[in-house]
Amino acid sequence: MAEMLLRDAMSKALREALDEDDRSFLMGEDIGAYGGAYAVTKGFLEKYGEERVRDTPISESVFVGAGVGSAIIGMRPIVEVMTINFTLVAMDQIINHAAKLSYMSNGQMQVPLIIRTVTGGGGQLAATHSQSFENWFASVPGLRVVVPATPYDALGMFRSCRKNNNPIIFAEHALLYRVRGEVPEEYYEIPLGKARIAKPGTDVTLVAYSGMVRVAEEAAAKLGEDNISSEVIDLRCLSPLDLDTVIESVKKTNRVAIVEETWKTGGFSGTIASDIQEAAFDELDGPVIRINGPDVPAPYARNIEQLMIPSSDWVVKSVKYNFGL
Amino acid sequence: METNLKIQDELLLKMYEEMVLCRTLDERIWMLNRQGKAAIMASSQGHEAGQIGSVAALRKGYDQCYIYYRDLAVLLTLGLTPAEIIKGFVAKEGEPLSGARQFPTHGAHPEYGVINLSNVIATHIPQAVGAALTAKMKKEDRVIVAYFGDGASSAGDCHEAMNFAAIHKLPVIFFCENNGYAISVPLSKQMAVDNVAGRAEGYGMPGIEIDGCDIVAVYETTVEAVARARTGLGPTLIEANVERYLPHTSDDDDSIYRSSQEIEEAKKRDPLRLLREQLLERKILNLKEDKYIHESAKEIVNKATEEAENAPYPETTDFFKHVYAE
Repeated sequence: MAEMLLRDAMSKALREALDEDDRSFLMGEDIGAYGGAYAVTKGFLEKYGEERVRDTPISESVFVGAGVGSAIIGMRPIVEVMTINFTLVAMDQIINHAAKLSYMSNGQMQVPLIIRTVTGGGGQLAATHSQSFENWFASVPGLRVVVPATPYDALGMFRSCRKNNNPIIFAEHALLYRVRGEVPEEYYEIPLGKARIAKPGTDVTLVAYSGMVRVAEEAAAKLGEDNISSEVIDLRCLSPLDLDTVIESVKKTNRVAIVEETWKTGGFSGTIASDIQEAAFDELDGPVIRINGPDVPAPYARNIEQLMIPSSDWVVKSVKYNFGL
Repeated sequence: METNLKIQDELLLKMYEEMVLCRTLDERIWMLNRQGKAAIMASSQGHEAGQIGSVAALRKGYDQCYIYYRDLAVLLTLGLTPAEIIKGFVAKEGEPLSGARQFPTHGAHPEYGVINLSNVIATHIPQAVGAALTAKMKKEDRVIVAYFGDGASSAGDCHEAMNFAAIHKLPVIFFCENNGYAISVPLSKQMAVDNVAGRAEGYGMPGIEIDGCDIVAVYETTVEAVARARTGLGPTLIEANVERYLPHTSDDDDSIYRSSQEIEEAKKRDPLRLLREQLLERKILNLKEDKYIHESAKEIVNKATEEAENAPYPETTDFFKHVYAE
C-alpha cells in the first residue's frame, strides 16, 4: 500500500473530480498559477485550464454564492475558501442559502456544493487566522460537515462527498497536510456519518476529530504506559454524526473524554457530552469530560499559543485526574 | 418600420393587460393582509412597468430570473397563476414556489426559470452570477437577470457580483428597480452619487439609467442588454427609476418618513396610467376594451382568491422533508 501526504490525497481527490465529472470545477483564491495556499492544486491550471480551475478575486461571498448558483442548476462546483476564518464573509451564502435552499424550495433545489476550507491553529497565525468553526456549521440543518484526520479518510470521504447532493463543509486541518498515511491504490469510499475506532481500548473513550485525533492517539499511547487502555474514536464527520459508535464505546469503557480544538463555550463537545448522558447515563462512571481550547482568541506567541490547544499531556492529566486513574 | 410598430402595438396591449392584472392582484393581496389572511406583503405597485417590460425581452422559461421580494409582476408575467400566487400569501397547500415554507413569492419555479429568492437583501446576486457562469461554461446562450432594489446596491454582495461578472464577461443583467427608498432610508442617505448606473463604469460594463415607469424604454433597453449577454459581450447594469406607492411592506408605516404629498406627486408617473393614456391616444385601446380588461382582471383575481382561500393548509408532517437532499 502506498503512503501519501494528506495534501497529496486531497490533490488526488480533486483530480478525480475533474477527470471523472465534467460538471465539476474548482473556484477560489490563488488556486491557479499559485497552486493553492496549501499547494493542493499545484499543476492543476496547466492540466485543466482556466475554466475549470478558476482563480477568483478576494470576494468570498461571490465565489461561494456563485458556487451555490451553479450547483442549483446542475453543476458540481468545488470551491476553496482559503481558511475557515474567511468563511465569515461568505456566511450568508452558506447558512442562509446553501444550507436552506432545498428546504425553502420544498425540495425543488439541491445544492451539491463542496466548500473545501482549511481549519485549525497551531501555526502562529494569531487570532483571526487560527480558528476552527466546524462546530458552528454542524449546528446548521441542511449542511454536512466532514473533518478528516488521515489521508485515507480525506480521499475516501471526498469521494463520498462528490456523490452527495447536500452542501458540504470539508474542513482540512492546516497541520495535517504534511501527515503521511497509507492510501490503497484500489478504489474505496468512506461513507459520511460513520465514525472510526482509531484505536480500541477498554478503560476510557477519547472522542476527537480533525487535528485532535492525533492528540488523542498520542495521549492514548502515554496512558498505555500507565496501563490505562484508551479507545480513540475519530468522528470523521460532525454531520451526520455517528453517535452510535460513541455510545457503544462508552458502554464498554464507562468513561469518556471529548477532545476538541475550538473554544469550550459552544464547542461541539458540549453537544456530544449532552447526547452521551441522555443516551447512556447509567453506563457512565463519572462526568463526561470536555477538553477544549480556553475561551480566548489565539495568541501569536508560540509559547502561549501552545497552551491554548489541547495537547496529549493535557488529555492524560485530565483523564487521570477526573477519573482517578 | 410599419411591421415593427405593429408588433410593438400588440406587445404593448399584452403588457397593459398584464399590468392591469398585476395591479388588481396586488391590491387584492394587500386587502387580504388587512383582513388578517396574508401575514405579509411587499407591494409591487409602481414597479410594474420595470418588471413587465424587462420580462417581455426575455425567452421565458429559458432565461433565468433571480428576483427579489417586490417582483410580483415578474412572477405573474413569467407564468405563475394568480391563484398560485395568492396561495403563497395565505400559505396554502399547492403553493408552487416553496410549499408555503418561505415568505410569499419566495422560492423556486424551475419551469419558469425562477431559481431562487432569499429575503436577505442582495444575496441572490452572487447566485445569479453563478448561474451566468454556468451558462457560459456550458456554452448555452441563456441570459440571467438579477432583479434588486436600490437598497441592495449598497450591499457588498452586489459589488462582488458585478465585479466578478464583468471580469468573466458573464451573460447577466443587473436590473436595479430604484424606488428611492431602502425601507425608510432615502437615496440621499444610501449613496453620495446621483445614480446606481454610473457605478457600472467602475466595473467595466455599460450602465444605463432609464425611466422605469416608461414600459417602452424598459423593454427596449432590456432587449439591447439581452442581445449583449446572449452574444458573449457580457453584463449590463440597468437602473430603472420606479415609484413605490405603498409602504415597504404591510408591516411598515411609511407616514413616519414619507409625506402624502410626495406619494401623490409620484402617482403622476403611475406606469399603469401612463401606458393606458398612451394606448388610448394611439388608438391601440378604446374605453370599452379598457373596461373589459379591468373587469376580466377582477374576475380572474376573484376566482383565484376563492380557490386559494378554499385550499387546505399544508400537511404539518411534510415540514420535516427536504432539510437534506434525498
